Amino acid sequence: MINWHTLFFFLFAIPTCLFAVAVVVSANVVRMAVCLIASLACVAGLYFLAAADFVGAMQLMIYVGGTLVLLVFGVMLTGQGGYASMKITSTNWLMAGLSGGALLILLLGCAALSVDAWSPKTVAQSAPTAEAEPTVAPLGMGLLGIRVDRLSQPEATLQSGMSGYFLPFEIVSVHLLVVLIGAAYLARTRRRREAEDSA
Amino acid sequence: MAEYLVQFGFPVWLAYGGIAVVQCMILLGIMMGAAATFTWMERKVSGRIQDRLGPTRVGGRFGWLQSPADGIKLLCKEDLIPKDADPILFRLAPYISFSASFSVFLALPFANGWVAQHLNMGVFFILAVAGLEVYGVMLGGYSSGSKWSLYGCIREAAQVVSYEVPLGLCVLIPVMVAGTLDLVTIGNMQQGWGWNWMIFHSPFMFVTFFIFVTCAVASTNRAPFDLAEAESELVAGFLTEYSGFRWSVFFMAEYGSMVMVSGLGAILFLGGWYGPIPVAELLGLTHANHAILGWLGDLLGACNFLFKAFLGVTVMMWLRWTLPRLRIDQVMTTCLKYCVPLAAAMFVGVVLWSYALPGGIFPRKTPLGAVAEGPTWPAPQATGGETP
Repeated sequence: MINWHTLFFFLFAIPTCLFAVAVVVSANVVRMAVCLIASLACVAGLYFLAAADFVGAMQLMIYVGGTLVLLVFGVMLTGQGGYASMKITSTNWLMAGLSGGALLILLLGCAALSVDAWSPKTVAQSAPTAEAEPTVAPLGMGLLGIRVDRLSQPEATLQSGMSGYFLPFEIVSVHLLVVLIGAAYLARTRRRREAEDSA
Repeated sequence: MAEYLVQFGFPVWLAYGGIAVVQCMILLGIMMGAAATFTWMERKVSGRIQDRLGPTRVGGRFGWLQSPADGIKLLCKEDLIPKDADPILFRLAPYISFSASFSVFLALPFANGWVAQHLNMGVFFILAVAGLEVYGVMLGGYSSGSKWSLYGCIREAAQVVSYEVPLGLCVLIPVMVAGTLDLVTIGNMQQGWGWNWMIFHSPFMFVTFFIFVTCAVASTNRAPFDLAEAESELVAGFLTEYSGFRWSVFFMAEYGSMVMVSGLGAILFLGGWYGPIPVAELLGLTHANHAILGWLGDLLGACNFLFKAFLGVTVMMWLRWTLPRLRIDQVMTTCLKYCVPLAAAMFVGVVLWSYALPGGIFPRKTPLGAVAEGPTWPAPQATGGETP
């Protein structure tokens, strides 16, 4: 019998890598963006495969649907000439290869160290996709300050983790609000100054 | 269903694969049939509303010949790719739109438990995937190598990115009242008589529904928000250089997303697969009585849901042929100065209303917001029925 999980894992993992390489190799900026979209969408597919529906949908919503729309939009507005393209010198290739290779080795090393028993079964094949039925609700309650997964713990020390993620969530929210107001303010002042200049 | 086939000695991969293909084909068939019906309906509706003589006379009985004639014309048209176009992206763009628009039906339930993939964050998945449709339009517009197309796609990008905000807020309000992102659970909470529908939860929710309709029409690029193809200014916007089959793929994606948005509105606000009168329940067509009776009840629910979705599409056609197109600055004003603040105010209103009247004004069969019930954690609700 075919191992469906492995099959689908490779069905998503191989395009992820191929499109990621295509982002680097391609010279046309918009084609790069399209390859990046495809690569990130395949990563979302991997999340869905690992039964992390929420993270997968987040990946689609924020990276594929949100950030990259702005990226493509920016490329279209700033591109000069017919199709914006980039020329890469051999020095750039060398530097990119060195830094990228170093990071890859670091990442692979950490990944290899973190696997308890180094065998492919623990990673790809025995992932409990069917048993785990995680819902979004515990996550949402966690952000509101109630750790639902800790409530059933009999020990009081474990229940003390009930504070949840309320504080980090609020800090991030306020931070984003400040950034938003700041961006709006910056955009406003520039327009006002132009109006004064013309007047 | 697949387990059923395995019992009869089918190999597992064939059973699961075969059932998956059959389900995909049924879904695609329904949507293709719907697209053909909608082109016919669009002609009829426009003919009646704008007093156009052609569509009310041509094409045999009820004008049925017009749709096949359209199809043949589209297939026979010359397939052009402009000299300045980016050929790969130009070819790719329609399929991105199409697949984004149709993947959404993966998570859209048609009746209680009749859903291809029951996700516990179905609403979120639908919003995320539906947002990808914009890439088809943007790439199509950019890669055409034409001014009109570029203008169309820049307008589209600005419009879609802006309207995602109020649309998300409007979707958030019923989700917050229901306390779940699961579309099947949200639908089942509106069981019973018509006043259990989410839209009658509070006056604020009633207003929210109309903001949702506005944003939904805008997000599908239909008139009065069809600035991306504004034929009086931009020839045909991002579609200018497309002809024949690729153009029709874009068109099917548009109809697909119209059905999707109407269906989402039906589930979130208009009772989903439950009618104003609980006919299935009064007749005893429930899973508690018998599996087949329950199945019949679900079938009735699916008809109910499809009727609501098609009604929504009809309303969108009615709007298209009645209202004039907005200018781009008016579109942005509608979004940022009216829809977003109104939706935010409605959000606060619904929060206060739910706080003041936790039980609601009408007696409910299924309590809302089962999630917020205190320390004992309820198990994820098991919804009956397998995928058909």
